[in-house]
Amino acid sequence: MWDFILERYNYWVVIMLMMIGLYIVISRGNLVKTLVGLNLFQTSVFVFYISMARIAGGTAPIYTKADYKARLKEGLPQEQITHISYTGNAGHHGEAGYGAYEEEAKSGYDAANGAGHEEAGGESGSLHDGDAVPSNDLSSMMGEQGSTEVAAQQPMPELHDMPNMDPEAISAPMGMDMAASASSLPVSDNIAYETLPNVIPSNVGDVIYSNPLPHVLILTAIVVGVATTAVGLALAVRIREAYGTIEEDELEAADNIAEFGRPQTKAAGSVG
Amino acid sequence: MDFFAQLPALPVVVPFVAAPLALLMPPGRMPWLWATLVSWVSFGLSLLLLEQVWINGPITYAMGGWAAPLGIIYYIDLANALVLSLVTGIAAVVFPYAYNSVRDEINHSQTPGFYTALLLCLAGLTGVTMTGDAFNVFVFLEVSSLATYTLVAMGAGRDRRALTAAFNYLVMGTIGATFFVIGIGLLYQATGTLNMLDLHERLAGQDNRLVKAAFAFIITGLGLKLAMLPLHLWLPPAYTYAPSAITAFLAATATKVAVYIMLRFLFTVFGFDFPFLRVALDFFLVLGIAGMFIASLAAVFQDDVKMLLAYSSVAQIGYMLLGISLGTVDGVAASLIHVVNHAFIKAALFMAVGIVVLRLGSHQLRAFQGLATRMPWTSWGIVVAGLSLVGVPATVGFVSKYALLSAVFAKGGTMEIIAGFLILASSLLAVVYMMRIIKVMLEPVPTEGPFARNIAAPPLMMRLMLWIMVGANIYFGLQAQPVIAIAQKAAATLLGVDSGEAF
Repeated sequence: MWDFILERYNYWVVIMLMMIGLYIVISRGNLVKTLVGLNLFQTSVFVFYISMARIAGGTAPIYTKADYKARLKEGLPQEQITHISYTGNAGHHGEAGYGAYEEEAKSGYDAANGAGHEEAGGESGSLHDGDAVPSNDLSSMMGEQGSTEVAAQQPMPELHDMPNMDPEAISAPMGMDMAASASSLPVSDNIAYETLPNVIPSNVGDVIYSNPLPHVLILTAIVVGVATTAVGLALAVRIREAYGTIEEDELEAADNIAEFGRPQTKAAGSVG
Repeated sequence: MDFFAQLPALPVVVPFVAAPLALLMPPGRMPWLWATLVSWVSFGLSLLLLEQVWINGPITYAMGGWAAPLGIIYYIDLANALVLSLVTGIAAVVFPYAYNSVRDEINHSQTPGFYTALLLCLAGLTGVTMTGDAFNVFVFLEVSSLATYTLVAMGAGRDRRALTAAFNYLVMGTIGATFFVIGIGLLYQATGTLNMLDLHERLAGQDNRLVKAAFAFIITGLGLKLAMLPLHLWLPPAYTYAPSAITAFLAATATKVAVYIMLRFLFTVFGFDFPFLRVALDFFLVLGIAGMFIASLAAVFQDDVKMLLAYSSVAQIGYMLLGISLGTVDGVAASLIHVVNHAFIKAALFMAVGIVVLRLGSHQLRAFQGLATRMPWTSWGIVVAGLSLVGVPATVGFVSKYALLSAVFAKGGTMEIIAGFLILASSLLAVVYMMRIIKVMLEPVPTEGPFARNIAAPPLMMRLMLWIMVGANIYFGLQAQPVIAIAQKAAATLLGVDSGEAF
């Protein structure tokens, strides 16, 4: 029970931030404090996206020269090499860094997340099957069954909690995603790699990559958040110029005095 | 480059590229001319697109040439094409109308910024309509929303309450958008894709709490954006204190686009394979009926005409939700028909109010005294659009009420029959609040008080655009078949039912 809760600590952080932010937005009458709450609320979502894409021991998805060479030695054709570099794509999270669990979780992870490791050894034929299905940690947590142990025993571990799902149908298009990503990214340019510095020194066959997509998405969301805050603060400034205050109660009283000649007419608090 | 191959991108790209250019222009007439030109071009492109989709079926366009599941695609079927044509069409009428109204209400030096925000808003709305990528929806929603907050706040020149209205709108809108992003994140976790069609395939048969939570977050977030009843509090003040042209534009487009994207998520992304959908639809039935009555009742007691019409807008959202809640092709089609028709109605009404504000400087009900003698053309506009809102035959309001009622009775459950009678009853409330306005207009011209002054005739351009919109109310009321046919086919596509070529 406690393991179960602690393993998902990132979600607890997200939920707490989210609730604190929302509470501040609802309860505070000061416009700037409202914006602070709104920012906290948005930040929780950023954390959610980022931790969702994190893989235990995963690095940034940058394809290095050493990486490329190591896999070339294993005799894999070019397209499969680029392919493998994205096998960590299933948004695996959760397992990152909680001391005692790490070892155990990691072994579970290797099997469960299908295989950045084993596949790199060359059995790329089955590549599409296990790994491409996105991690369903949260759904297995919420579904009826589903611990990592169960997952580890099954060849297609992530699927057990998705009833009625045809694994082929699911993983085949996903596999195509990966292939498409590999072929559309500029990483297949061999010459470029020769000039790259050797970033990851050893053991390159085992490199796991975090899923870059949620990070990119959240960069966009951060820009949107900054823009929203800017507009909100600009409005707060204008409100202060027009009313001389940024306290919601006083603003409402000022409006009521202007319209009805007395500060209290209707129930206060219409801000959500 | 083949023009038709790039056509799907243009209604978004054109206003997007045009927006910053408007900022560089000298204040005054230039930015307005530019924005109007852009809106016409966009409208033309949208109509071309609608024609293409009608003839050839759905179009998939890979943005930047990146292939489907990973790249962002624009997926255009009849539902988008219809809403897209509606949005750009309203823009093409409201933008020309805006000139005199904006000159009166907005600080002269701010006009380039105003039209920039207006074009960005248009670009965002068209983007939401066309994109086939779930995260892209969020980005475009926020592009249009941020522009909208700014535009609402620009009403501060006339009434400082525009500022607080814009602030509250910003807070509520951002919470809604963030809920939506959380939902998208959960969906991504469950499926590993953001492409809407892909999402649908991979969600098939998934019914765990993760997906249910995603569904709840997305629906609540979009509910905030479309002012579904308990989440509607931002709408009336924002519409009341925004500049007149902005109110006319937003009332006819922003919530409509939100309704469209709600439909898209309900039926294209989740679909009937998702068992939880039924629960949500029952919920919509209750919320829709509650919205029709509570908001209509609130409208009856307003002394501010813009506020009254804003509450009426919330009530009309109730009709659209009711249509969606039926979950049948007829119901969704009725909802889409009402989206289009209500846009015509509210654009016309708010444009008429804008003319009154221009000449009398107020949208209080008192300012409408004697309007029938002072501004006969505008008054007739209000009367015709008002009758259309009530649902009198030979107007668009009748077409949508008729479609909704026949969909309700075709469904035939006990709840639906009751809902049918409630639709009729709530239409009576619309009669009450529209009659209040019309009654005041028929009173004699005031001889004393702030509105007892002689006024010049309203500018020709504003009256012309108003009457184009009023004309649309009558024309599409008499020639309802094209809109009905498109909406039926669009609904069939959305629900994944083969409608054949019956229409």
